[in-house]
Amino acid sequence: MRAILAIAASEFRISRRNNLLRASVVIMVLFSCALTLLGSGATGTLGVDMLTASSASLATLSVYIVPLIALLLSFDAIAGEVERGTLALVLTYPAPRFSLIIGKLFAHLLSLAVALVLGYGAAIVVTMFMGAVNVAGLLIMLKLLFGAVLLGAAFLGLGYALSAWSRSAGAAAGYVIGVWLVFVVLYDIGLLAGLMVDASDGIFTKEFFPWLLIANPADAFRLVTLPSGQAAELASGFVTSANAVGLAPLLSLVIWPVFTLVLAWTAIQRVEP
Amino acid sequence: MTLSIQGASVRRGKLETLKNVSFDIKAGERVALIGHNGAGKTTLMKACLGLLPLFSGSISVLGDKPGGTAAREATAYLPENVSFHPALSGIEVLSMLAALKGADDNIRDLLDIVGLHEAAERRVGTYSKGMRQRLGLAQVLLANPKLAILDEPTSGLDPISRSDFYRLVDGLAQKGCAVLISSHALTELEAKTDRITVLRHGELVVSDSLSALRAEAGLPIRFHIRTTVEAADEFATTLGGQRVNGQQIELSCLPEQKLAVLSQITSLGSKVLDVDIIPPHLDDLYRYFSAEEQQ
Repeated sequence: MRAILAIAASEFRISRRNNLLRASVVIMVLFSCALTLLGSGATGTLGVDMLTASSASLATLSVYIVPLIALLLSFDAIAGEVERGTLALVLTYPAPRFSLIIGKLFAHLLSLAVALVLGYGAAIVVTMFMGAVNVAGLLIMLKLLFGAVLLGAAFLGLGYALSAWSRSAGAAAGYVIGVWLVFVVLYDIGLLAGLMVDASDGIFTKEFFPWLLIANPADAFRLVTLPSGQAAELASGFVTSANAVGLAPLLSLVIWPVFTLVLAWTAIQRVEP
Repeated sequence: MTLSIQGASVRRGKLETLKNVSFDIKAGERVALIGHNGAGKTTLMKACLGLLPLFSGSISVLGDKPGGTAAREATAYLPENVSFHPALSGIEVLSMLAALKGADDNIRDLLDIVGLHEAAERRVGTYSKGMRQRLGLAQVLLANPKLAILDEPTSGLDPISRSDFYRLVDGLAQKGCAVLISSHALTELEAKTDRITVLRHGELVVSDSLSALRAEAGLPIRFHIRTTVEAADEFATTLGGQRVNGQQIELSCLPEQKLAVLSQITSLGSKVLDVDIIPPHLDDLYRYFSAEEQQ
């Protein structure tokens, strides 16, 4: 535990001084302000409350930016230490290997949470200036925050695993961009293509599509966090079609971080510094 | 025995990078590990730290297996060319490592000892290579280690820093810490270590004190004699040496003939202006032992 805390404190310091991270947090804050302002146009005075409406846009924003922040934080985690020669050093200290991963995970989750609180907080502040903030809206924001932390944890684990496998920060950065592109962009385009080919009522649309959607942590996050009912109609119909699967998206969002952290753990066991 | 290596072999795929190496290091002993690039120095060190698995043989660190908890707590390591995270300051790096080791040393004092007092608050990214190396040395001193394994610790250090470094090593040894140092700077190891261990292609060639190595190698001792200009030719013929320039003569003899030659020189009286006796350097010994097989 002492080792985990020492590593976490040190890693958090490094994250705070990370310019790349700072830039992505600024982008997140700016985008969430802009989306909240623009999103309010659709609701009018009698529509759903503003925060609920903007949460749909914020969820979409988070799907892109949370995995990006998580991967930016994690790609250097093991490979950078191998390159600097500090991994060999730290591994000769009386601390087990997993404490290295867990310590870094704590620090990076905290950094991510700070970024998210700033981003979503900005949206709430904008809403307060524009009109009233109600409890339902705040609860949705809280759900968004927890979902985003789980999503971030999944991609942090993936980043550590890639970092440990590649053993070079440059290569890890490349892999990480590829992973981001596949999970966040290409996967959905692939599914969309499947739907187009399958026509409206084929076996793909009915049997496979909902499960394929749930299997991707980014899409599972969308399913978990998008508010149902009125606001859902504001979002794409594409996503709401899988609502029938029940708790499965939440389960997917919880299993993914565990799975990727186990991957990272097995990867670091095999690293010979 | 602090470190005991018995028939240690390490394999990477089919290549045997360390072959049946055995030697011991006692508490307070300073041992130099020398050999060509790729001779297996770093491999041996990593095996002693438990970073590499042994293919056969055994290594014991204070009775524990390498990488065991007791062994890790008592061992300090300085990797070759270590550089810490550029965004952290020297004091932050050292505090983190101290916390990892559960050491209660005064961090500022340690930085003071290695001469980083001024730069304690500066980011490691702004450090020179020598300063990074000093920071690496500072972490070796954490928690009074019983075994220090230093991989090319003086690379990148200026001559003054090198002698400062060897003073730190002496301090460790006086407290009973066994020290294993690898280096290419042979002349500085000569005076600063108790024993020299030579590796060649992963095999142990020899492990003994410098004087024992000299005796075993039987390398000639050289004399540089300065005489008056007129007497130089006469000298060269009587002593059987070679004229280097107008008034200098160089000759060499076997170690056991040293005193005989010396009395011969002094018997020539006032014509001798100066005599330098040059014993074989570690460089010569190293060349002798590492090339033995090729002859």
